Amino acid sequence: MTETPQDLTRQDSVRRTERGSAFLDVRDLKVHFPTDDGVVKSVDGLSFQLERGKTLGIVGESGSGKSVTSLSIMGLHKAGTAKITGEVLLDGQDLISASAEEVRLLRGKRMAMIFQDPLSAMHPYYTVGHQIIEAYRVHNKVSKSVARKHAIEMLDRVGIPQPDRRVDAYPHQFSGGMRQRAMIAMALSCDPELLIADEPTTALDVTVQAQILDLIRDLQSEFNSAVIIITHDLGVVAELADDIQVMYAGRAIEYSSAEDIFERPQHPYTWGLLGSMPRIDRERTERLIPIKGTPPSLINVPSGCAFNPRCNYAHLNNGASETERPELLDIGNGHMVACHLSPEQRRDAWETDIKPKL
Amino acid sequence: MLRTKKGVQHEMRRKRITTATAVSAVIALSLAACGGNGGNGGNSDGGGSSTAAAQNAAVTKVFNPSDVKGGTLRMAHPAFWDSVDPGDTYFGMSWNFVRTYGRSLLAFKSAPGDEGSKLVGDLAVGPGTPTDDAKTWTYKLRPGVKFEDGTPVTSKDVKYGVARSLDKATLPNGYTYFNDFLLDIPKDYSVYKDKSLTGVAKAIETPDDQTIVFHLNKSFSSFDYFAMLPATMPVPQARDTGAKYKEHVLSTGPYKFESYQLDKQMTLVRNDQYDPATDPDTGRKPLPDKITVELNVAAADIDNRLLAGDLDVDIVGTGLQPSSQGKVLGQADLKNRTDNADVARLNYTQLNSDVPPLNNINCRKAILYAADHEGYQRAYGGSVGGSIATNLMPALVPGAEKFDTYGFETDKNGNVEKAKAALAECGQPNGFDLNVAYRTERTKEKAVAESLQQSLKKVGINVTTKPFPESDYTKLYVGKPDYAKNNKLGMSVFSWGADWADGFGFLSQIVDSRVIRATGGNSNLGVKLPEVDKMIDKALVTTDQAAREKIWVDIDKAVMDSAMILPGVHAKSLLYRPENLTNVFVNNGFNMYDYTVLGTTKK
Amino acid sequence: MTRAEPRVTGHSADQVFAYIIRRLIGAVFLLIIITAVTFAIFFLVPRLGGATADDLASRYVGRSAGAEQIHQTAVKLGFTDPLYEQYGRFLKGLVAGQDYNYGPATEHCPAPCFGYSFLTQNPVWPDLVDRLPVTASLAFGAAFIWLVTGVGTGVVSALKRGSLLDRSTMSIALAGVSLPIFFTGLLSLSIFSYSLGWTAQGGTNPMDASNPAWWAYDLILPWVTLAFLYAASYARLTRAGMLETMNEDFVRTARAKGLPERTVVIKHGLRSALTPILTIFGLDLGLLLGGAILTETTFSLPGIGQYAVIALRANDLPKVLGVTLVAAVFIIVANLVVDLLYAVVDPRVRTQ
Repeated sequence: MTETPQDLTRQDSVRRTERGSAFLDVRDLKVHFPTDDGVVKSVDGLSFQLERGKTLGIVGESGSGKSVTSLSIMGLHKAGTAKITGEVLLDGQDLISASAEEVRLLRGKRMAMIFQDPLSAMHPYYTVGHQIIEAYRVHNKVSKSVARKHAIEMLDRVGIPQPDRRVDAYPHQFSGGMRQRAMIAMALSCDPELLIADEPTTALDVTVQAQILDLIRDLQSEFNSAVIIITHDLGVVAELADDIQVMYAGRAIEYSSAEDIFERPQHPYTWGLLGSMPRIDRERTERLIPIKGTPPSLINVPSGCAFNPRCNYAHLNNGASETERPELLDIGNGHMVACHLSPEQRRDAWETDIKPKL
Repeated sequence: MLRTKKGVQHEMRRKRITTATAVSAVIALSLAACGGNGGNGGNSDGGGSSTAAAQNAAVTKVFNPSDVKGGTLRMAHPAFWDSVDPGDTYFGMSWNFVRTYGRSLLAFKSAPGDEGSKLVGDLAVGPGTPTDDAKTWTYKLRPGVKFEDGTPVTSKDVKYGVARSLDKATLPNGYTYFNDFLLDIPKDYSVYKDKSLTGVAKAIETPDDQTIVFHLNKSFSSFDYFAMLPATMPVPQARDTGAKYKEHVLSTGPYKFESYQLDKQMTLVRNDQYDPATDPDTGRKPLPDKITVELNVAAADIDNRLLAGDLDVDIVGTGLQPSSQGKVLGQADLKNRTDNADVARLNYTQLNSDVPPLNNINCRKAILYAADHEGYQRAYGGSVGGSIATNLMPALVPGAEKFDTYGFETDKNGNVEKAKAALAECGQPNGFDLNVAYRTERTKEKAVAESLQQSLKKVGINVTTKPFPESDYTKLYVGKPDYAKNNKLGMSVFSWGADWADGFGFLSQIVDSRVIRATGGNSNLGVKLPEVDKMIDKALVTTDQAAREKIWVDIDKAVMDSAMILPGVHAKSLLYRPENLTNVFVNNGFNMYDYTVLGTTKK
Repeated sequence: MTRAEPRVTGHSADQVFAYIIRRLIGAVFLLIIITAVTFAIFFLVPRLGGATADDLASRYVGRSAGAEQIHQTAVKLGFTDPLYEQYGRFLKGLVAGQDYNYGPATEHCPAPCFGYSFLTQNPVWPDLVDRLPVTASLAFGAAFIWLVTGVGTGVVSALKRGSLLDRSTMSIALAGVSLPIFFTGLLSLSIFSYSLGWTAQGGTNPMDASNPAWWAYDLILPWVTLAFLYAASYARLTRAGMLETMNEDFVRTARAKGLPERTVVIKHGLRSALTPILTIFGLDLGLLLGGAILTETTFSLPGIGQYAVIALRANDLPKVLGVTLVAAVFIIVANLVVDLLYAVVDPRVRTQ
């Protein structure tokens, strides 16, 4: 929120390069984990940008690198375990090259994260109010009673009834949906400009999912925050995302507006995702279309296009899929895809094979 | 009180090792001619003294003689003994220690060597006068002896002391010598039910305050040894509290109880009512101002404290733990502070003639021939643990003779030919099967059983070892004739320590067939020889000491001839004397340091 | 909201009180059963082995006791009475006291009377009361030391996992857990008390000390030796617990909030990792109060543990009963306290 009183940390660390540049700018992020079995390349050259007020959905299977990306942005990897290269510019400040202490001061204050399972993600021994107050007081020098009032306000804002009583409840005393709301309240308590939601609805009932997603959208418009939604579920991002980035084997393989992704998907993997997603707004066909094969090893990534062992169209590229790695290229209107297939081949495949079955 | 000493002890601890080692080294070098190694056994001269620290310096001589008074004698026990009540105690070390706070009619003279086996007058002016075929014994008391509260001691107090000890319900720990020998004692006699002492009127007379007369139900020539027993220490009837008397025993000795915390510790201080002029013969030297005895101290800790100089005496008196022995014997300066004293104890194995084929004397002899005697000695720790026994009575016993019927000394590891010849004669040329019992907790006895197993195997006797728990060994198992017979316990490893070192004390409980009780609890595990029983009776009436001693030697020979017992080791203990101890010598009456003469240079 | 709101706070004070009362009543029953079992073991097992009352009594008489004396003792100690009568006498003694004939007169031992020792002919209860402070001093002092050092070491090791510090402390911890206390005890006495003269010698009664400084001095070596044993296992437990807890989601959340690492480790990580350790600590302390047998015998401390050894060595039933009950009481109380504390520490336990 831009209307809150300024505090010192924010002013000190601002290094704006150009006005109008993206609020979050990730450039060629690489996150490698050296292990005894080899180097795990969780994220291998990722770049994207995000404006305030916009929502980016990052979609992919487990192992695609989406969670690792968000943890890298937040600086939550254990020191010494990850080799991180590239740049992550938050409002002009590079987080990768910043000191751990500098990044810590930004966590919760300018960027916040909510996690998949709110029951395990909140400490079971402290009340929800205590945890929110703790989050608030680490960045704001206020008295306990002021912080408590703020916590009650936050609970109210996220739609928890009787917040003045629920503030003293323990996480296990909330239902799943309420718990997630409380976690959102905790994350937003310091009005961060960037919110990363890592699988925020995966652990919740379907009926509650919609409520949480609505809440996130409301809060975003209220606070003008940049939101990243990480999920494997396209249905979730259909609701919320302005743009969608599809990740596979640590790289982005398609990036476009949500509408584009759903109406005119270009990458065979995206087709697979769409095919394996049950949809209410279409006729029910006989069965879902799973993507054949298994997710790749991140130590021994398949050469060439990482997707080639599972791609139904790799044979159309005269071996390029096995040898040459496709770059993420703009094919028009800001729609980016990393694929060797020519636009015609893709259109054919889309029209004849995929679209009818969806 | 403990606190103020702490600071002083603290400093002294530091100075201790360095200076002491230097001093003793100098003394040892410069006084090399003095002392030297005392002989073993009781045949060398008594008297004489030395100050040069050398091994066995205190065995037959006084080491570090002194008349200097003062200081605290610090003693410790790893558990506790039966009782400090003189009428209720049966442990040798207790009989030694009780003389610091009590005076019995007679006492072993506090002198080194053979002199220490002599009985001299303590409360009485001298040994008793036997009359009526040694059935009546009269003692005259010294005048001027008082209790710690100033009350004069009379013969009635001695009578009461003996009478109360007859009540085994209230005072269960003691011996039954008086119950067995005094005349017409009613069954289940208790002074607490018979306050007028009518029941003992026939047995004990007190014609006047200085005279006491004992009437026995049979002749007994060694009654003077009974007069040595702590039960003869006077107890005033008015102050007797029965089972609780031990909480404050009224002293007639040079020290009295200042405090006694059961199971924890006791402190004795000087008894100002003790008049040394009334004690000219015993040789007591009450040097320390205070005596402390700590109870329930971990045994290993006792040894460590002795070696470090933080403790003066291990009151148990049986010597260092096996774990400390190795360390001490390995270091010259520590070895010089040890005394390898003879103990009136025979470690032996009983052969049970109730179990065939041991009913045949030749089968028994075969075992005596085949046994490995060195192996037996090794089981008890080698020569430090004792000497190979070739007969029953050790040299400690006055008048004992050493003889070697079966040639143990020449055939230290057994003689297979002789054994096989004996087997042929008893009709078992190929050997036979046999069980040997031992006490589970005693590793030494286990080692003996195993040594017997190995040595007897050579002649075809197959031995199976059978362990039994110590606490019930004699009460329920080997000491119960029916059990031993039914379970075919042909051999039983055992150990016997004499109550006092004379023929009666040493042999009667283990070779007299009439003491065997069917109910168990026997120390005689199977010697049944009618001619031996007759000889014992004869010895009991023989008042001439030399003649009596000869009879006991004959008994020893008869038992050995019958091959009822396989003697193993005449025990020795390895005692340790810290360098601050003065007036140290082994009293042959107790086979440990005499506790009535010890002093300390530590203040 | 589709479901009714659960109550925000835990149980009321009344319910907690009722719970405690229920547990205490159960404890009393348990203690009675324990005494019955101890009685049974003491008497029935030898009976099954064929021993008679006289055989049992033969343990408490002198070396040369005849059948007559043994029988007298059996009668005096009550062995010839039927078992239920003996047990009844014991229970009665607990609530109403007992009389004891010591020869010239009779003494009354007031309730609770745990009986008279077969060997010292003295009531057992005053001994227990007298020895308890020694054991309590030993237990609490050592507990404090091992908790602080063990947990502290465990936390540091977990945070610096794999480092030289971690590996060396865990090796020392392995030694601490593996070495028996009579070995470490005797060794430390030998070095620190006798060779160097820094600490008190064995057998010093700390309750004799004239002031707390001397009391602590007397206990420092037993404390450290005993604590070493436990600190070792607590270090390993804490380390394992911390490693697990630091991987929990809520720790990641705490970091995501921007909390300083120290707060994350202590307030979020350690607080959670300590809960199982708390349980174990309560039980360890309870057991120790019932008598740190090995430590007390090694250092010759006159506490309940040493008393247990004296009692067992001599087959002295009244003492054995006394010690068993004391130990049982402490363990039961410790269990109760730990259960209650668990509810205090972990709110999830409360709503049951």
